Amino acid sequence: MADTRTHAVAHHFDDAEQQREAGKLGMWIFLATEILLFGGLFCAYAVYRSNHPEVFIYAHRFLDPSLGALNTAVLICSSFTMALAVRAAQLGRRRQLVGLLGATIALAVCFLGVKGIEYERKWKEGLLWGARFHAKLAPAPPALPQTLPPVPPAEGEERSLIPPAATGPSGLARPGRAEVAEGAQGPPHDVQMFFAVYFMMTGLHGVHVIVGIVLLGWMMVRARRGEFGPEYATPVDLAGLYWHLVDLIWIFLFPLLYLIR
Amino acid sequence: MTGSESGTAGFGTGGNALGRDNYLNHERGVRSWLLTRDHKRIGVMYLVAILSSFFLGGIFAELIRTKLWTPGNSPLMTANTYDQMFTLHGAIMIFLFVIPGIPASLGNFVLPLMLGAQDVAFPRLNLASFYFWIGGAALALISMVTGAVDTGWTFYTPYSTTTNSNVILMVAGVFVLGFSSIFTGLNFVVTIHKLRPAGMTWFRMPLFLWGIYGTAIIQILATPVLGITLLLLIAERALGIGIFDPALGGDPVLFQHFFWFYSHPAVYIMILPAMGVISELVSVFSRKHIFGYSFIALSSIAIAVLSFLVWGHHMFVAGQSTLSSMIFSFLTFMVAIPSAVKVFNWLATMYKGSIWLATPMLYVLSFLFLFGIGGLTGLFLGALAVDVHLHDTYFVVAHFHYVMFGGTVIAFLGGLHYWWPKMFGRMYSEFWGRIGALLVFVGFNTTFFTQFVMGSHGAPRRSYHYQMQFEPYHRLSTIGAYILGFGFLVIAAYLVHSLFRGRPAPANPWGGATLEWRTSSPPPHDNFAVTPEAGDPYDVEAWRWDGAIGGYVQREPAPQPASP
Repeated sequence: MADTRTHAVAHHFDDAEQQREAGKLGMWIFLATEILLFGGLFCAYAVYRSNHPEVFIYAHRFLDPSLGALNTAVLICSSFTMALAVRAAQLGRRRQLVGLLGATIALAVCFLGVKGIEYERKWKEGLLWGARFHAKLAPAPPALPQTLPPVPPAEGEERSLIPPAATGPSGLARPGRAEVAEGAQGPPHDVQMFFAVYFMMTGLHGVHVIVGIVLLGWMMVRARRGEFGPEYATPVDLAGLYWHLVDLIWIFLFPLLYLIR
Repeated sequence: MTGSESGTAGFGTGGNALGRDNYLNHERGVRSWLLTRDHKRIGVMYLVAILSSFFLGGIFAELIRTKLWTPGNSPLMTANTYDQMFTLHGAIMIFLFVIPGIPASLGNFVLPLMLGAQDVAFPRLNLASFYFWIGGAALALISMVTGAVDTGWTFYTPYSTTTNSNVILMVAGVFVLGFSSIFTGLNFVVTIHKLRPAGMTWFRMPLFLWGIYGTAIIQILATPVLGITLLLLIAERALGIGIFDPALGGDPVLFQHFFWFYSHPAVYIMILPAMGVISELVSVFSRKHIFGYSFIALSSIAIAVLSFLVWGHHMFVAGQSTLSSMIFSFLTFMVAIPSAVKVFNWLATMYKGSIWLATPMLYVLSFLFLFGIGGLTGLFLGALAVDVHLHDTYFVVAHFHYVMFGGTVIAFLGGLHYWWPKMFGRMYSEFWGRIGALLVFVGFNTTFFTQFVMGSHGAPRRSYHYQMQFEPYHRLSTIGAYILGFGFLVIAAYLVHSLFRGRPAPANPWGGATLEWRTSSPPPHDNFAVTPEAGDPYDVEAWRWDGAIGGYVQREPAPQPASP
């Protein structure tokens, strides 16, 4: 077996190739679970946006697209430095690897800084989630029609007294689609719903960025010790995959939250 | 390392390693267990852990049944305590016992052995997964003493966001348990993909591995969705984000969709490995090659795929549109097809076999009977009109106990008895084993068949008080629960007894042809001295009984041509 320095092949693998392949497959599966974790939130987004389009159209204006665009650029740059870092690890260029990992971490911190500025503004204006929402929205909301859709009268043939399920039981969420013309009467109901979705999605993404920073910091420590080289660069490779996923998720979040039309 | 003797003399002769170096005595001390990366030791630790939670959940069940002896108020517990009891019974049994049950304990122990491998792909992650389980269980236990949850194990909103019990801690515990489940699944998928030995193609894998593989896929794809649901629930309670709160524009039914998107596939996380165990046992104890191998294998995958498409059948009366209810109902019926494919193949395997009614086989027969009833009553509940009547009655309780207990737990017991000699190198008392299996079978049916009858008369589940007309049923059911509990005590007693006094087990006491029987009992630290070559995993007729060692040995490979 070729020399793999401090990292011999674990006893249960036949060779380094099998070990590397196993590691990569494991990471891809883990990334699939991450996508499904966010998938729940994307699903919630889809449900509420289709039920309350007026809320999303109205409320997204409170987000600053230029800050969002800046953050998108920052993350794409960080993915670029990360890709270069993986290459440096595979070529065994230790100093370059440490520098590029440092650059990636710096960009990640920069992303969190911009996000912090955005959060702070929302906090000051009271544009928060659900129960915490207390922003004074410009004109007083007009009285919205509160009528629930009428239960269709039972036809002669129908024997069941249970109303058709399609209408939904009363007492659940207010049926949406209260028409609000662009910039007309005033804010729609339930603006806080948009911010609940916004804070959950960006918050969970932010947690992943923080985890990424820790992970990359650990890689940097190991790179300084000279653990990586042409024979053994899998951990950097796997950290890179994770980081690209974090980037990718933001690329979906940005248009969905900031650029609604 | 003395393991080499058993390996080369191997193929079943000799075989007991109790006096020699084996995984149990390879290293000594508590530390060597707690920090082990050996899949066999992790499997054994999981076994102890999940059996402890099974015991705890069982105590709650017996208390619930004792209360239900009388219809009115009971000095045993208040109505509120009763709500907490059935919630904890459900949550512990589901999240701590049945979901990790077969894969984490038996699967961890057997999977690398069946592959002729030395360990799972990521041994450290495997240990981490065990400690995630311990962490999650600890959070759940703390929540029990600081305000036990009374929401039912499903944590439905809006009640779970308004009750004053400690929902956050319990939900956080389940969230952490999810990591354990995901890491186990991930480990198994990579191991099966990358560590199969020479000669073992996908369609020469033991069927238990197909079951575990299907399970692992579901664990990986469904558990994260439960994770985000629970995070949203925690955020709802702690911060009031309003996603599930109608007063803030949210929708509580969305919680049900999210929850069942995980929890219905979770039912198949429970049953698929059980079906895998049965596929192994039925061939070995019928002394006959498994019938319809590829159908059983692929039906595991079909069940895994369909499991993601049927969650709406839990919500037929929750305000779902009629059209989606109809689609979900149709897809629910579809699940019956691959399930029936398996059952018929098992029956065909037994047909004209020479059936050996050893304890594991008794559990196989119990499984076929109970899972048959459980599966067919599932069709009643999948039918829209019938479900409106049966929803939230004891019929549902009986149905899922027949599937989860009659299916998964029975198969788990069968697998435990089957692999017990391999795990600990001792045989248990066959006589008491059969008595135990009989007590469990009788006790279980007395408890739950009664509930089918009661439920079809409309008895609502989860209620503290009930009408006088149901008293006889409840009493019969409670008597059954006591028989069942007594059966488990018998089983626990002879299994523990066997650890100290049991007859030393041969390498292959049952005549299985899968690779784990080709190493000593218990296996050495590295599993195999020589990596065995995989052949047909169901060629059980190549093994013959040898009275001298009380186990099976391989027949002389007479007709084979000389090796090139």
